[in-house]
Amino acid sequence: MISGAALDGVELAAGVVLAGAILALWRKDLRSLTSVLALQGIALAALAAILAATGGDVGLGVVAGVVLVTKGLVIPGLLARVVRADPGSRETAPLVNVPASLVAAAGLVILSYLVAGQLTALMPDPLTRLAPLGLATVLVGFFVLVTRRKAVSQIVGLLLVDNGVALLAFLLTAGVPLLVELGTSLDVLLVVVVLQVLATTMRARFGHVDLDQLRELHD
Amino acid sequence: MIVSALLAVPLAAGVLAAALPWRRAVGWTMALADAVVLGLGIALAAQASRHHVASGLDGALRADALSAFMVVVIGVISLLASIQSIRYLEAEIARGGHGARHASLYSFLVQAFITCMLAAVLAANLGALWVAVEATTIATTFLVGHRRSDKALEASWKYVLICSVGIALAFLGTVLVYFAALHVPGHPTGASVLDWTSLVHASHHLDPAVVRLAMALLVLGYGTKVGLAPMHSWLPDAHSQAPAPVSALMSGVLLTVAFYALLRFKVVADGALGPGYTRTLFVIMGLASLLVAASLLLTQRDVKRMLAYHSIEHMGLIALGAAAGTTLAIAAVLLHILGHGLAKAVLFLASGEILLVEGTSEIDGIAALLARRPLLGGIFGFGLVALLGLPPFSLFVSELNMIRGELAVGLGWAAGLSLLAMAVIFAAVMAHGRHLLLGGGPDARPSATSRLVGIPLVGGLVACAAFGLSAWPLQSLLAAAARVVVR
Repeated sequence: MISGAALDGVELAAGVVLAGAILALWRKDLRSLTSVLALQGIALAALAAILAATGGDVGLGVVAGVVLVTKGLVIPGLLARVVRADPGSRETAPLVNVPASLVAAAGLVILSYLVAGQLTALMPDPLTRLAPLGLATVLVGFFVLVTRRKAVSQIVGLLLVDNGVALLAFLLTAGVPLLVELGTSLDVLLVVVVLQVLATTMRARFGHVDLDQLRELHD
Repeated sequence: MIVSALLAVPLAAGVLAAALPWRRAVGWTMALADAVVLGLGIALAAQASRHHVASGLDGALRADALSAFMVVVIGVISLLASIQSIRYLEAEIARGGHGARHASLYSFLVQAFITCMLAAVLAANLGALWVAVEATTIATTFLVGHRRSDKALEASWKYVLICSVGIALAFLGTVLVYFAALHVPGHPTGASVLDWTSLVHASHHLDPAVVRLAMALLVLGYGTKVGLAPMHSWLPDAHSQAPAPVSALMSGVLLTVAFYALLRFKVVADGALGPGYTRTLFVIMGLASLLVAASLLLTQRDVKRMLAYHSIEHMGLIALGAAAGTTLAIAAVLLHILGHGLAKAVLFLASGEILLVEGTSEIDGIAALLARRPLLGGIFGFGLVALLGLPPFSLFVSELNMIRGELAVGLGWAAGLSLLAMAVIFAAVMAHGRHLLLGGGPDARPSATSRLVGIPLVGGLVACAAFGLSAWPLQSLLAAAARVVVR
């Protein structure tokens, strides 16, 4: 059972992940979004490392390292390259403005606490009680995804969803089995590479990556 | 042994294609590799229909009758698609759109895609299944955008983003199942917690509330890859923009590989919750998909988009059949997976040939195909007949048996609604098909169709009809596979 300073650390890391999601909703500057993602990645890695240290779990320690490299360094780095290629680009006009987005986020957090009650009922321990933070990160990520128009913002939304799922996996199950975790990290990394290539190609072709102006395919 | 070879053969072929400059012989080597996959799949199926469960790679791979059946489906459609890829690549190179390097990359990605699908249906572990399904998205993105037009680019963006989000939800669902399994006393720990067999074994002890939440996320998540409404919006774009052989693979098998994942989870969820909960989810999404397909098919102007909406319809039918969940209904669902795969692959490949020889895939731009190109028009016409569920094709038998299954469990109202949607779709497709095949057009002398196109596509249709007239070669396999799902 986890307690004391280790539990404080885990709570802090989980809090940072959700705070990062809210921050991503608040900031329009695309460059700060990549820093937010890096921060989330580092927090997730720290959380995994604390769990690995308290449980004496070597596999989870490896996972912490993988998370640090992929979510903390490589993925934000790839996104930063997309942003750098287009300096001065900002999320100009989200479909929902920032104050309304923040109110919506508050609603989503409350919703997560209601839904996560089912999980805490099965195992009422201090880690499971943090599950709503992961769920709320997933929901805020969704919100970013559907209300933002820039390609980079949409990738950020996807990654927020992904980080939320990772946070839940750590809190509920102390991480999925090592091989599955490695597979998922690799998949997520590749998806970001794919999206980065697509965004770069789109800019080369259209001169922008504003998805609102891509409207050729519809019914 | 067979199971490991199934992954090694297409992967090795893909690496070979990446290493060599593309020419016709390389294309035929890919087709040969897929023929070997089909052969191994049939051998596996023969074993599995005698209830032998093969395994490989230290138990990481496992092939029961359900897996073996899916391997056969993947094998046969891969074979059709890779023969047709030769034609597509030669035409692209002749057009000057792509150099031989692009053709090599294309061949590699197609084989990697096939390997990922095989890995998905052979994975013993539901976490590994997830990794493989997500990997199919990565392998296919550049294939969707292979023609490098603006539209293809837009379609690939939509495809990868929407499917990745969907699949992230499926991962959350998988994590929740894992969480529930960790709290079953006596359940193995470590990597084998997510092994399907041990999960099914423990399913009666899983916490119902958590499994309910997990299954909703899984149906939503994998449902995105299946193309079930309301997360279908990527499908018409991706399927219409991809090169025809890729569309054939995506529509013919990738959708049903994702549905296979749902069938596996259905067994676990039904153990914990009883059949009612999954049934409700499947009925809702199945009917929604039928509604979407019925309302949007009539207005389609493009052959490939029309076929894509047709896929949404069939996935809806499959979801309804799985909702019924009787042994008969599941066997019919599996036969439908094969029949739809064959018919849809033939139609997408034929539409690729139409695009090639007519220069357009707009329905309005093509008329009197039957008079001008009798063989191609005939293939397309019979393909449509198969897809509409008319006898003698196997889709007729499977649709009938799915409806019988639905009636048996009191889903008669849903079956009635699905028949209504199918009638609307029938009328819409008939109208499009009539114009395309018979409509008044320029009079021209009938021209022949390449044998490279004719022989495999006619073969696909004949197989689809043969399974409709008599399912005996499949009977014991289908029965064994249905018993994997229905316990």
